[in-house]
Amino acid sequence: MSDKIKISRKNVEFLKKIEDLSGEVIMRCDQCGVCSGSCPMISEMDITPSELMRKVQLGQEDVLGSKAMWLCASCFACTVRCPRGLDVSKVAEALRQVNLRKAIDHIDLKDIPDDEIKRLPQIALVSEFRKFTG
Amino acid sequence: MEDEGKDNIRIGVYVCHCGGNISEVIDVDELAEFGGKQPDVVLSKQNTHMCSDVGQQLVVDDIKEHNLDKVVIAACSPQFQGATFMRAVEKAGLSPYVVQLANVREQCAWPHYDFPELATEKAKGMLSAAIAKARFSEPLEKQTMPIGKRVLVIGAGIAGIQASLDLGDAGFEVYLVEKEPSIGGHMAQLSRTFPTEDCAACILSPKMADVPANPNINLFTYTEVDDIEGYLGNFKVKVTKKPTYVIQDKCIACGICEEKCPIKNIPNKFDEGLTNRRAIYTAFDFAVPGKNLIDPDTCLRLTKGEGVCEVCERFCPEDAINFDDKPEEEEFEVDTIIVATGFDIFDPSEKKVYGYDKYNEVITALELERMIVHSAEGNPIRDLGKKIGFIQCVGSRDEQIGREYCSRICCMYATKLASLLKHSNPERDIYIFYTDLRAYGKGFEEYYKRAQNLGVRFIRGRVAEVFKNSDSDKVTLKVEDTLTRMIIEDEFDTVVLSVGLGLSKSTDKIANMLRLAKSGDGFLKEAHPKFKPVDTNREGVFLAGTVQGPKDIPDTVAQASAASSRAIRLMNQGEYPIAPIIAFVHNDLCDGCELCVDECPVDAISMSSDKAKVNDAICTGCGSCLASCPRDALDLHLYTNKQLLGEITNALKEKKEGETKILVFADDTCTYRLADSVGTAKLSYTTDSIIIRVPSGSRVTPKLMLAALKLGADGIFIGECEENASPYPHSGGAIKENVAKVHEILRKEGVKPERVKFVQFVTVMLGGFVNNINGLASIAMEAGAIPQEKRDRLVVNINERLFGEKYV
Repeated sequence: MSDKIKISRKNVEFLKKIEDLSGEVIMRCDQCGVCSGSCPMISEMDITPSELMRKVQLGQEDVLGSKAMWLCASCFACTVRCPRGLDVSKVAEALRQVNLRKAIDHIDLKDIPDDEIKRLPQIALVSEFRKFTG
Repeated sequence: MEDEGKDNIRIGVYVCHCGGNISEVIDVDELAEFGGKQPDVVLSKQNTHMCSDVGQQLVVDDIKEHNLDKVVIAACSPQFQGATFMRAVEKAGLSPYVVQLANVREQCAWPHYDFPELATEKAKGMLSAAIAKARFSEPLEKQTMPIGKRVLVIGAGIAGIQASLDLGDAGFEVYLVEKEPSIGGHMAQLSRTFPTEDCAACILSPKMADVPANPNINLFTYTEVDDIEGYLGNFKVKVTKKPTYVIQDKCIACGICEEKCPIKNIPNKFDEGLTNRRAIYTAFDFAVPGKNLIDPDTCLRLTKGEGVCEVCERFCPEDAINFDDKPEEEEFEVDTIIVATGFDIFDPSEKKVYGYDKYNEVITALELERMIVHSAEGNPIRDLGKKIGFIQCVGSRDEQIGREYCSRICCMYATKLASLLKHSNPERDIYIFYTDLRAYGKGFEEYYKRAQNLGVRFIRGRVAEVFKNSDSDKVTLKVEDTLTRMIIEDEFDTVVLSVGLGLSKSTDKIANMLRLAKSGDGFLKEAHPKFKPVDTNREGVFLAGTVQGPKDIPDTVAQASAASSRAIRLMNQGEYPIAPIIAFVHNDLCDGCELCVDECPVDAISMSSDKAKVNDAICTGCGSCLASCPRDALDLHLYTNKQLLGEITNALKEKKEGETKILVFADDTCTYRLADSVGTAKLSYTTDSIIIRVPSGSRVTPKLMLAALKLGADGIFIGECEENASPYPHSGGAIKENVAKVHEILRKEGVKPERVKFVQFVTVMLGGFVNNINGLASIAMEAGAIPQEKRDRLVVNINERLFGEKYV
């Protein structure tokens, strides 16, 4: 049996929040799928960019648990092709922000051994901070 | 300021809700109450729809019952319902020119939708200005002009053909001009038509044959329109017939010349370049006229000179070849014009991701039309293979290429082409990749279902890209099936691009000549989207077919018949009413200085008994002579000095302390209509602006500008048509001169000259209008309100400053 979803005020609030954070009018997405077809990371994603957009349109907060937003490389392939002029990468960033603002620390520098810190590429550390220091 | 002869003026004010369009933004109660309090206003009423029968009757009854002299209606733009209310007041026995509209819909409620309070304040200023304009209006008599029964139809596709046949059959004289060697347009290229699958050529060719057979149609093929001047009832048309180098009356189209011509590899435009033709050719096999012509760019004799090749001349059994053929210019006059210049398909080279320029396997739908025709005739152009994919919305619904609109016909033509391919070979796998499938027309949904039954597969997803893998010679197409969220990446033998429609390039020249407006999608704009769908902003000029927007053949034919019927409506009466916008002289003020005589661009002013005299038949009503008169003896009917000064005074009367206000003088042909289009598009601009309608910016004299600044304006904007789009081609120079004089006075008095600005527009520059108005408003706001003492100094010794010592 298929899952039922609710469409209520609360869902609209979630949509509004993501629209505010991303600056994109997400309801303008007409679900054509060009973003998904253009995405170089698509094979690794659990949901496609167009599905991510649809879930936000419907205010389905479970989208926050998807892997797709973290895999977005901000290559903008979707952005330059979107026929409605939307920037999907900004929506992915907004969803990441919502997760990050929960301010849960997942790493602590003290826990990383010195020699490992030496071996780690700088960008890996930077991106870790970026992701986990909200 | 008093009205001559009568000081007891009785004005009726009406506020229209426009079914919510106005009342949802503007506080109509407040506006009507405000109107009722204005001097000379004896009643102020509201109605949900003033333009309705009830609304009009209300005005008629009130005029009689309350003995009204003037009527003011706060409603939509005068370009929409102006004529309606003029008829209403006429019915009640008044002059049609005593009614004024305050355009609070297009120029207030719509652009200021998000600021209802500011909009209400602005509406008060607009209403007050309209009351002043009505108060000083002259009760002029209605005038008419004679009109004949001659029509120019530009473009002989199915739209132009239908319009010409309708007009010719009704007894009107038609000049049908087509730039290509044959009539028929794009429809002649098509295989079959949806949803009935009739053969396009079979249903079109009899209609094409009817054209030269109609005694009332003068057909000009292979002919360009060079110039059109004039107006309704009096258009002067210049055309040039291109040389065919074949004496058309002699040619029997036997084809011998084509057979013998050594130049064989010229891409055939009719076949979208898929086949070749000779340098001497016929447009296509059922062309009208079906005679031969020589392509001067590729013919050896015509490019290299005598003695190289005259094969066609040698073999022609009718002696029809004439290498000395020359372009022929022709001039004629017509009363109305129908523009049916059609569409160009979107050039898919612009959409690089679909690889049209790179891969031979990627073709346009129009190319496929030609391929299907050739296959049906038994000479296929190429093997299309077994697996064929259609990509929808190529050049439609795509902000990345600036085309937001749906081209309306692609869903159905793709369904048709797919069905035909499937019919001819059921083994083929045909896929249509679509975003939304729009099967809105009669029989369309049923046709869509039939295609599904046939086995055409519809997949919902916009194709992301087309490419070739290095190990394959087939093209791969990548797309998400948005219904299952699965990515499809698969090889195809042929990919068909369902290209959208855009305005044909050749239309721009015609649109400029006729000063026609464009809508946001780039197609030519109808006068009213609902009720005047084939009229244009130019009286007597009509649109037919895809020049107005994408449409299928039945809609095109319906519109062509509508356009001819609208043209007949004007011409059949033998005369039509005109607005008496004509310059006149206040004889008591004229001192015979003759300064105005040289100023008139059309030489309509002469001297008679030491007074200036205007020839009504010649005067075009631009009003530029007014600036030349030091004694204000020259004036313009419907836009008199009293009326404009009254409008300016009242527009600024409601200005509050600390506010800055700009006045926008908008010429009626371009800027005023542009402002209306901006409102209709709900584009927002500053509420600190009030638009005042003038026939031309050159009507706005330096004195009037300075008076406006004295009366409280902090910025003045003069909008005028670009020269090539203006009925007054000289006006740009006249306005520049006027503005320069004002700038000089402003500089001397320490007022920023940037406060007075002049810009030339065409009716499509919606964004340009908004930016310019906002730009001037912010200049005015940053510089602040001009102190009253400085304002007063601007008009001191004004005659001396503008005209020299003699005219103090």
